[in-house]
Amino acid sequence: MRFILRRLGFYFIAFWACITLNFMLPRFMPGDPVSRMFARSQDRMQPEQIDQLRRLFGVDDRPIWEQYINYIGDVLTGQMGVSISRFPTPVTEVIASQIGWTILLGGVSLIIAAVVGNLLGILAAWRRGGLVDSGLPPLLIFIGSFPYFWLAMAALYLFGVVLGWFPLRHAFTSGLEPGFTGEYLLDVAHHLVLPALTIVLVSIGGWMLGMRNTMIATNAEDYIIMAEAKGLKPGRIMFRYAARNAMLPAVTSFGMSLGFVVGGALLTEVVFAYPGVGYQLLAAVQGLDYPLMQGLFLTITAAVLIANFLVDILYVRLDPRVRTS
Amino acid sequence: MTVSQTSFGSHDSVLEVRDLVVQYVSDTRAITAVDRVSFDIGVGEIFGLAGESGCGKSTIANSIMRLLRHPALIAGGSITFGGRDVLAMDTDELRRFRWQDVAMVFQSAMNSLNPVMTIGDQMVDIFTTHAGYSRKESLRRSAQLLELVRIDPARLRSYPHQLSGGMRQRAVIAMAVALKPSLLILDEPTTALDVVVQQEIMAQIKDLQRELGFSVLFITHDMSLMVELSHRMAVMNSGRIVETAAAKTIHASPRHPYTQALMNAFPPLTGPRRPLRGLGDDVTFGDIPDLEEVTPGHFVAPAAPSLGASL
Repeated sequence: MRFILRRLGFYFIAFWACITLNFMLPRFMPGDPVSRMFARSQDRMQPEQIDQLRRLFGVDDRPIWEQYINYIGDVLTGQMGVSISRFPTPVTEVIASQIGWTILLGGVSLIIAAVVGNLLGILAAWRRGGLVDSGLPPLLIFIGSFPYFWLAMAALYLFGVVLGWFPLRHAFTSGLEPGFTGEYLLDVAHHLVLPALTIVLVSIGGWMLGMRNTMIATNAEDYIIMAEAKGLKPGRIMFRYAARNAMLPAVTSFGMSLGFVVGGALLTEVVFAYPGVGYQLLAAVQGLDYPLMQGLFLTITAAVLIANFLVDILYVRLDPRVRTS
Repeated sequence: MTVSQTSFGSHDSVLEVRDLVVQYVSDTRAITAVDRVSFDIGVGEIFGLAGESGCGKSTIANSIMRLLRHPALIAGGSITFGGRDVLAMDTDELRRFRWQDVAMVFQSAMNSLNPVMTIGDQMVDIFTTHAGYSRKESLRRSAQLLELVRIDPARLRSYPHQLSGGMRQRAVIAMAVALKPSLLILDEPTTALDVVVQQEIMAQIKDLQRELGFSVLFITHDMSLMVELSHRMAVMNSGRIVETAAAKTIHASPRHPYTQALMNAFPPLTGPRRPLRGLGDDVTFGDIPDLEEVTPGHFVAPAAPSLGASL
């Protein structure tokens, strides 16, 4: 418990540092971002919106500490201003409308890639020199080495255009009423297959190789030989003794990847015209949409921190050696 | 399963190793680690196997449990346990044979426990796999075993890193006797421990052996420890046995120059001080011939004439 509180404190400080950086960056930027944005938005803004933007970017005349306190208050209450590129939608609304799809796409493909990749790695290391071990890694690395957009477009062309098995774009058929109906969920799943599959294909090789290599090192440990000498069943040695120890590094990288899922998958979103945060971020950069950029950065940082915190807690459950003191 | 000490020297043997050859094979060449080694271990007997690092002691131990991995390969000979051919066992038979018939305490018992499982879970594994006991019954028996090696049963819930080196080693010994095997292989069980803990553990093994009556294959390079514990012993050099006899006989009158060198490598605790000679300073062995019986029960490999060493 004390461990968790200490970690929590650490993440709190990290988050605070990140808000502070976010506060300072526009204030250090040369020129006046707000005037540039005003010029782009061509007087469509309400005076009070301009005021809040000025506050957000520090182009007001109050002392800096007052601005800082106000800023933190704004961030904590979710007031991140109005998006310029999607005027006049508030930043929080823009992010909220996209993040669900990003988490669905990124989460599903990450979980599939990590679970299947790790299982294949375990199997490859267990039967070293076997079919899984000698055949799959080169194949997966080969596939993973294609430029992602090429692979995605090839998949789209083959399965979408030529064979017509999967839809070409969007997250669900337009005109379908979103809701928890079987028809809608099935449609969403159908649209998810190709984008998720391409991400899985390019990332699975890394998971498999990583797991295979740690697992080979673990297999040479004395406790594996002892487990064999104990006459345990092979499956039990493989999972409870070998893989259980070899999975620890994989858990860490899974946590990291989980956090970055929130950053979106830009290329996937572009190729499959799939909604998501990645494309929003690109649009924000192109449109000098500072409020949206800041909002997205904060969201990504928060997600990475939360994912890492969860992994920390999980790690304590998984590795008793971390639990001491 | 209780066997009296008097069976020592009788013709009932638990384990018979005949002309065992183990090679480490690579694409270009094969190195013979164990060369035509033969020995028997009687029921209830403690048989010692001595020799320097790399002479093939541990390879023999691993061959008996068939734990050798590529590139090690049993190239010839036979291993018979209680009349059964160990080398001919199929996977399932072998799995049951391990730990039920022969258990082993490894050289590095410190590392032979799974760091992410409690001691209890690792002991329960043995009972649930081999004896088919329920988890509750297995835990009860595991607690008894820990008491047998004088560890607080509350330690069942501990993880290996929470125990001291000596406790870990004792826990492994408790695991080794869990199924009352007829042969226990001790592969340098105390090498990583300090002398005090070493003493405790050896005393404990002796007690357990007296109580449960299993045979022991005791592997070490510590000659004094071995002479103290074993009934009969063999000395190995470069994969071959150079001398075998009752431990007392070897202690009193080592015949082979290598045995003498090995004995001289340890300072005696009593008696006048004398300079020690290192191993291999003046003795190198090429082709070691087969053993010859010099006195009843005392077999020695004739030293190569080129050495000029007298027997």
